[in-house]
Formats: sequence, structure tokens, C-alpha cells
Amino acid sequence: MKKYISFFRLRFAMGLQYRTAALAGVVTQFFWGFMEILVLRAFYEADPTVYPMTIEATCCYIWLQQAFLVLLSANNFDRELINCVTDGGIAYELCRPISVYDMWFVRNMAVKMSQAMLRCVPILGVVIFLPEGYGLTAPRDAMHFLLFLWTLFAGLSVLIASQMILYMIMFFTISVEGVKSFFVAAMDLLTGAVIPIPFFPEKIQRVLELLPFGAIQNVPYRIYSGDLTGAQMGQAVLMQMFWLAVLASLGKLLMHRAQRRVIVQGG
Amino acid sequence: MVIIMHLYKKYLAIILKSKMEYKASFFMYSLGVFLSSFSVFAGVFFMFRRFNNVRGFVYSEVILCYGIFLMGFSLSEMFARGFDCFPTLIRKGEFDRILLRPRNIVFQVLVSRFEYSRLGRLLQAAVMLTYGVSKSNIRWSGMKILTAALMIFGGMCLFSAIYVMYAAASFFTLEGLEFINVFTYGAMEYGKYPFAVYGKTILRIVTFIIPYALVQYYPLLYLLDREDNAGYALLPLLALWFIAPAYGMWRFGIKHYQSSGS
Repeated sequence: MKKYISFFRLRFAMGLQYRTAALAGVVTQFFWGFMEILVLRAFYEADPTVYPMTIEATCCYIWLQQAFLVLLSANNFDRELINCVTDGGIAYELCRPISVYDMWFVRNMAVKMSQAMLRCVPILGVVIFLPEGYGLTAPRDAMHFLLFLWTLFAGLSVLIASQMILYMIMFFTISVEGVKSFFVAAMDLLTGAVIPIPFFPEKIQRVLELLPFGAIQNVPYRIYSGDLTGAQMGQAVLMQMFWLAVLASLGKLLMHRAQRRVIVQGG
Repeated sequence: MVIIMHLYKKYLAIILKSKMEYKASFFMYSLGVFLSSFSVFAGVFFMFRRFNNVRGFVYSEVILCYGIFLMGFSLSEMFARGFDCFPTLIRKGEFDRILLRPRNIVFQVLVSRFEYSRLGRLLQAAVMLTYGVSKSNIRWSGMKILTAALMIFGGMCLFSAIYVMYAAASFFTLEGLEFINVFTYGAMEYGKYPFAVYGKTILRIVTFIIPYALVQYYPLLYLLDREDNAGYALLPLLALWFIAPAYGMWRFGIKHYQSSGS
């Protein structure tokens, strides 16, 4: 366990070096968030009766999504890991006397968390001061806030577990671009990155919430504002645990299979 | 001019040839670009399953708007990609080679990259446009076809001008300014709705500062018979003013260019 913790600290510190990239990200995210809120408000004005959330909950969802974009976006891959299968770097990874799966999992977590740390502070620091109906309001109560933090972490784990499956597939196919583009497009739409899941037709929404798609950003961002609460919240929290267990076992199984036939490319 | 066209074709053939060396990766990448625009469309589709209109625009009108705007964007993305990748040219010192050749500089940068894989987005734009046109109840006249064509042409020029500005900035920064993506990819994504949807402030910005609305919202009003004034149809031409500052920045950049790279 200790070695994973020190590995985490190493990667985390490395991630904090990329400050200019973070600044560009912050500017982009502000713009994105504003436009998203403006368009959703326009839909609200068109017909408030079919609008599935409150405006405050929408704003919370959008700003949290923007603040933690690098944390829970399906499109945030570790280039080095993708390259290491094609350039032979994988040999070094396999030499280490620890599980490659666990090490990569921790590494992904450290990188994403350090990236998010740099970006979320300036964004959250500004949006809490925006007027109501545009900005981020306070969490519903202390319990919802703690659960928000917990489900944010759990959502991150589910996302990494599903990305790990993609990294594992890479061992078999070497080029991963095709599968990756499918993965990203499907995840963007179905996890609620394009439109929040409550805006889908009800039947689709119910299905998505039972699948891993609904266990990533859908949960924390809606719990924060109290949009997801009560029994439904309990179910969502359990679903996250369930999918994390399933996806991680699947990933480990694939890893096991891949390691038996790994061919080191490059030199 | 004839020689330039001949050369252009040659360049395209060479780039296509080099891309075809990695066929699988090329098609996968095109597919990826297609899919990413597709999920934007899917978002709009599901929103309109729930809502009947947004600021008075119904589904078919929004789709038409998106199709036209996306078409302009994807054409510029394909042709002006050289400017998008310009920071790399500068950093590697390849731009010095371009300066030494006895051909137009803008032309050479344009042909330094040609993004065939963006055909995926072009295909998506074509599908959207066809779908939008077939869904809309527009009675097409010569003037309206001209309007739509001008919108696509204007959009292409506007986005290309932004790419040029992005390239010009890299003369000084030597690296790409990531946030410019907001004005290219961002605008492309948010241009799926007529810009009036975002309220008066945004509409003013995209009318007077970066004239997206001149190639999208106003001529769209004419297409949809909400404005009879034919002047609205010609507004995309007015958006071409944006090329001037872009070209100015480019000239300024070249003048002050000090070589870099190796």
C-alpha cells in the first residue's frame, strides 16, 4: 500500500507543474459554462413545466462539471500509457514487482486529481460570487456536501475503471484510436456531459442510471444541489460501488490475460 | 493562378498518399471526428424530444442552422488546417524553409497540412444539412439558395480568419494559445443554436466583435421568412471584414518573425 501512496504523491506533484495548460483550461471552462447555462435557461423560459430540474440545480451541475472537467471527462487519457504499448515502454512497467493494473489505476487518479486541483480552485472561487440563477449556490446541507465529495471520488474511480478496460484492450489491438473514439463519443453523450441525464426522455434516463454511465458525473453534481436525494440517492451511491467492483474485476481479468501474451514493441 | 492550382492539387495528392500509408488509423480517426459531432446532434435531438421550441425556433429550424454552420466550419477546418498546426511549423523551424521558397507564403502554409480525416466532420455536416433542408418547410427560391451558400461561404472565411489569427499570435508566443479553441470548436458547438438563443449580450458580441451572427442568425431569419429584407441575406458578405485584421496580424507577425527551432 505504501508504495502506491508514494507513487500517487510523485505523480500528483508532477501534474501540478502544468500551470499554463491549466490557465487555458480555466478560461475555456468559464466560457463553456456560461454558454451552457444561457442555453439551458432559454429552454427553461420556453417551457418551465417540462424542465426537469430547478435553475439553481442546473447551474450547480454545469459549474461543478466545468470545475471538475478534467476529473470526470471521458476524454482525458494518459498519453504516456497509450504510447507505452507501441513504443515498448511497457517492458519497464512489467519489470516492477507490483501489479500493473493497480499502479496505472493510482497513476490515473493522481494525474487527474492534480489537474483538477489546479483548475477547480479559480473556477469555484469565481462562480460562487455570481448572482443567483447563474452562479454556484451553497450545497443543500452538510450531509449532501459530504456525499458529494464521496460520490465525486467514487465517480472518478468508476471512470478510471472503465478507462482501464480501454488501456487493457490496447494490449490486444495495439492501435487504440478507433475504440477510443467510440468510447469517448458514447461516454460524452451517455454520462451526461453533452446534456445532463435528467434531460433525456424518462425511459432512457432510467436505463442510463442503472448502467455505469449514470454512475460517473450524474451522481455527485446532482447530489450537491439536492436534485438527487432520498432513496434515489441511496440507490445511486450503491450503484457506483457495484459498477466499480464489476469494472475493476473485468479490467483485472483482461490484464491477467494480456500479460500472458504481451509482445514488447519497439526498442 | 493555373500553376498555383496545379501545385495545390499536387500537394493534396502527396498528403493523401502519405495518409493512405496508415489506412486503418486514418479511417478510425475520421470515424472519431464523425462521432464527436454526432453526439452534439444527439444532444439537440433529445432536448427537442422534451421541449417544443427554444426562443421560438423549432427542431427543424435548429437542425438547419446547425447543418449550415457546421458545414462552414468543417470546410475551413479542412482547408485552413495548416494555420491551425502553424505553431508546430514555427517551433520546428519549418517555416524558415517556407520563407525560402519562391511561392506565396500563405499558400504554402495552407498546403502544409490538409486534414482528410476531417472528412468525417464534413460528412456529418452534409448529413445534417440534408436532414435540415428536408425537414424544413422552406420554399426554396434562387435568392434563398444563394443565402444558404453565402452563409456557408461566410462561415468558412470567418473560421479561417480565426485560424490565421491563431497562427499569427504564435509568431510571438511560439506555442499555440489553447483558449482560441473557444472561438473555433467552441463557436462551432454553440453555433448549433441560433445565436439569439444566448440572449442579447452574446448576440451583440457575435454581431460586432466576432461576426458569427452575420453568417448564422441574421441570414437564417431571411431563410425562415421571419425577415423579408433581402439585405439580411447578404450579411455574410459583411462578415468578411474580419479577414482584414487577421491578415494584418499575419503581416505584422511575419515582419517581426525571428527564426526559431533547428
